[in-house]
Amino acid sequence: MFAYIIRRVLYAIPILIGVNLITFILFFMVNSPDDMARAQLGAKQVTPELIQSWKEDKGYDKPLFINSKTGGINTVTDTLFVQESLKLFSFNFGFSDANRDIGSDIKERMVPSLAIALPTFMIALITNISLALLLVLFRGSALDTSMMIIAVMIMSVSGLFYIIAGQVLFSKIWHWVPISGYESGWGGIKFIILPVMIGVFAGIGSGVRWYRSIFLEQINQDYVRTARAKGLSELRVLFGHVLRNGMLPILTGVVVVIPTLFMGSLIMESFFGIPGLGSYTIDAINSQDFAIVKAMVFLGSVLYIVGLILTDISYTLFDPRVKLS
Amino acid sequence: MKLTLLWTDIMVWFLVISLLVWSRVISRSPQVKKQWHTIFKSSIAMASAIILLFYLLFTLLDSVHLRFSTQPTETKSEKVQYQGEIVSLLDLIFAHNIKSTERTYSAPFATHEYAMSIVVDENGVTKQEYLPLKHVGDGDDIVGQSIYAVFIGLIISGVLILVHMVWRKKRGFKSELPWRTAYLTLLFLVVTFSWFYILSYYYHVLGTDKVGGDVLYQSLKSIRTGVLIGILTTLIMLPVAIILGVSAGLFGGWIDDVIQYLYTTLSSIPGVLLIAAGVLSMQVMMDNNPGWFESTLERSDLRLLFLIMILGITSWTGLCRLLRAETLKISQIEFVTAAKAFGVGKLTIIRRHIIPNLMHIILISVVLDFSGLVLAEAVLSYVGVGVDPTMHSWGNMINQARLEMAREPMVWWSLFSAFVFMFILVLAANLLSDRIQTVLDPRNKL
Repeated sequence: MFAYIIRRVLYAIPILIGVNLITFILFFMVNSPDDMARAQLGAKQVTPELIQSWKEDKGYDKPLFINSKTGGINTVTDTLFVQESLKLFSFNFGFSDANRDIGSDIKERMVPSLAIALPTFMIALITNISLALLLVLFRGSALDTSMMIIAVMIMSVSGLFYIIAGQVLFSKIWHWVPISGYESGWGGIKFIILPVMIGVFAGIGSGVRWYRSIFLEQINQDYVRTARAKGLSELRVLFGHVLRNGMLPILTGVVVVIPTLFMGSLIMESFFGIPGLGSYTIDAINSQDFAIVKAMVFLGSVLYIVGLILTDISYTLFDPRVKLS
Repeated sequence: MKLTLLWTDIMVWFLVISLLVWSRVISRSPQVKKQWHTIFKSSIAMASAIILLFYLLFTLLDSVHLRFSTQPTETKSEKVQYQGEIVSLLDLIFAHNIKSTERTYSAPFATHEYAMSIVVDENGVTKQEYLPLKHVGDGDDIVGQSIYAVFIGLIISGVLILVHMVWRKKRGFKSELPWRTAYLTLLFLVVTFSWFYILSYYYHVLGTDKVGGDVLYQSLKSIRTGVLIGILTTLIMLPVAIILGVSAGLFGGWIDDVIQYLYTTLSSIPGVLLIAAGVLSMQVMMDNNPGWFESTLERSDLRLLFLIMILGITSWTGLCRLLRAETLKISQIEFVTAAKAFGVGKLTIIRRHIIPNLMHIILISVVLDFSGLVLAEAVLSYVGVGVDPTMHSWGNMINQARLEMAREPMVWWSLFSAFVFMFILVLAANLLSDRIQTVLDPRNKL
């Protein structure tokens, strides 16, 4: 088990190097350090000397991939790509354009992001699975068909609509909750309720359909027929057999998402003024702050890969047939 | 007058022509024909298809761009001068709406502006009042105009339906397709459109936006952006996904490893961030190369093209993974082994045995992706990495209208129109994809 995890982590390294290469190409080759210097210094007083000193200041004066000036191993290592990648691998994200430490910013903003993302995730999981089980119980009935049509309709509405409609209804007209803002501690609940509810509702259409199809696949299996033949009630069959065996495909989809919850939701956070990582990213995109975007890309990929590894591990815990090798 | 095709125009026409050719080719196979027949036996699928065709029609009308020659001047030069402005066929149809811009917001069918303005009357007294709109009728004969519009719509749709019925009779089809649903949908669409169109001469049917632009015209122009992002992205990513997926599954070994590494890496980057990074870099690149485009329209078109490419790069991984797994499964089946034993070449095996058996996966994912991409456009425009801000798109409409939410009473019509137009398109696509999935997916044998 332990050896397997080590191997998976090692396997993640080339992928992260690949991710770095992609971001590097996007940020340093398409948009060369000279361009960045010009954009940062403003168009007016750009002299080659100023650009040079800016590049030295930021450490961008090295060649991109191959440094022919130095000999030996330094030809490859003393380059912008390797230096930048090493910095990211040690989670040293450097400073943003506004000269703030990105690493500590991220640490600070993770909590508000989780305050929204975690409740949304948990409530959505429970509602979607219970609704799907209900529909499977009444499969083929009028309830099932009409709920499926409603699910497609919910799916077809833009998520932005739910946010805007929710804000107008609950904050502007009924004044139940404040329209946006954030507060740490229990007092923050009034700010969190609306985004969480909207997040759950927006995902309910696709979620219920997905879980329903998983359960329907199980319900035609032989073991379900055997269970029924034994005289088990339909409810016992559903909870004892269908739900338990459906857990496996559900795990694949769910566990991989959990680490990425830290990244927060871009749209939700910026609409509700929550100082999390999502709004951090959006602000960075709008102000074209490449350093932050790069850090978020790297962080997102790391979390996704952690999710993949967790998925594999959770398999062995839930399914005795799967042996890690 | 000169035909000016933008890059995206060329691509969309290429796509339409290749779709026609493809449908011609597959209609030769009776088995495929029967499958499509089963798909359209459902009246929901039929109605959705008609709605999608209607949207496609607007896209195509908006994808023929013309440039008019300026008025002949006295100097007799042989060269014809062209105006800088490029207009599409849709612009020509709605020319009256482009010209009739108001000063600022006005509600649907309003005759006066939405907000009060300060005016000084002839006695020198300053007062606040609602100014009348410049380009609307007096609002008296709205019923008469509506009846006239509906009548015209009925005639047009009646003629269309009659022509189709006669054509069907001539061909002697004995099909049990739900033609009545199709006719009703068509009737509804044509009548609605003609009502909107004829009344748009007298009113701003869906109101006006902040700078007085007609919202109906904007919503219709946005159709092209939405549909283009939905279908061209797929067009770009399909060849990549198919080639890489099939070769990974069929050849195995190091090819498989490399391709798997490629798509794991790409898919491990969060989608929106990869798109944002791509679009940001593209913006810098376009700012550094102002020579690539002549007018703002060409600039926004180029930006749309880049956006589509970036979306294509980020979205092929899912399909590629599916195709690899399916190819792996198919290549173990006896008929492929038999073909190999007979010495059939690899390319022939791919063409004859593998691609036809992958068709349902490709088709389902194309239709499924479509609705996701249309919705994604709005979100991306909101984040600031979507289409050019000068381009008409539902995302831009929502983005602009969102800032006015705090107004009292609310300016709801821009948001409403954008959401409704988007909802109808996405709902139709979702319903059709559901039906296609039920019929084509072999796991769904009822």
